[in-house]
Amino acid sequence: MATTTSPRPAAPPDAREQALGRGRPVGGFELWTWVFMRISGLLLLVLAVGHTLIMHLPAGGVDRINFGFVAVRWQSPFWRTWDWMLLMLALLHGINGLRNITLDYVHPPGWRFALTMAYYVIGFTLMVLGTVIVVTFDPTRWGPVG
Amino acid sequence: MAIRSRKSKSDYGSIYRGHEGQWSWILHRITGVAVILFLFAHVVDTAAVGWGPEAYDRITAAYDNPIVRLLELGLVVAVLYHSLNGLKITLIDFFPRLVSRIRPISIAFTAVFVLTLIPTAWIMLGQAWDLARR
Repeated sequence: MATTTSPRPAAPPDAREQALGRGRPVGGFELWTWVFMRISGLLLLVLAVGHTLIMHLPAGGVDRINFGFVAVRWQSPFWRTWDWMLLMLALLHGINGLRNITLDYVHPPGWRFALTMAYYVIGFTLMVLGTVIVVTFDPTRWGPVG
Repeated sequence: MAIRSRKSKSDYGSIYRGHEGQWSWILHRITGVAVILFLFAHVVDTAAVGWGPEAYDRITAAYDNPIVRLLELGLVVAVLYHSLNGLKITLIDFFPRLVSRIRPISIAFTAVFVLTLIPTAWIMLGQAWDLARR
């Protein structure tokens, strides 16, 4: 029997699968990424939604954001830590999301590998760039802050 | 339950998953991709602070445009939807018994999403309008 024409086994009618679309992997790397997506998602619910609402909704919205705004904001270790955690968790969560989608829709092994590697390279580069900027940023190089 | 310790092929083979959760599932994917693509650009534009006020203010001037502000509203809506729907997924995954109440839970999450959406859209459309009139 040709494997290409054999019917795909029907998905088991698991209620959670029907409701949400993705069951928990049984183990290994996929289980860890599955757990990571949920834990980081809970943290990002605070970090990303908080960041988005703080930046867009108060009077002036993003109009008030310029170099001086960032300089004052990043005087606080609290906001630098917030932004760094947001950077790392959002990139890891988003890169893994892209990887999941690619594994679902892209079947040729070469394309899968190339795309996944591209995500890893972009993600790693942006993590390094963002971390260097958040840690080393010193606005006093361009004059007094405030 | 779909058993996958290692992924090989899509379990279903097409976008259509054939059950009522498919719409929140596909919206979750679309909003997730939209947010991560913006994040790629956003990390780079924010990194411009490291090159001083002139560089940063010139790059972020790209956002001073009413059309871009509408895209920003889309971004905020995507973040809200993805976060709330993700919370729903996590809730059901960590407390599987709740799956028997998936319908009221989904309605509740949709209600919270819409109630958050209305003031957010009102404020951000106002900002875009102010910018367009300047």
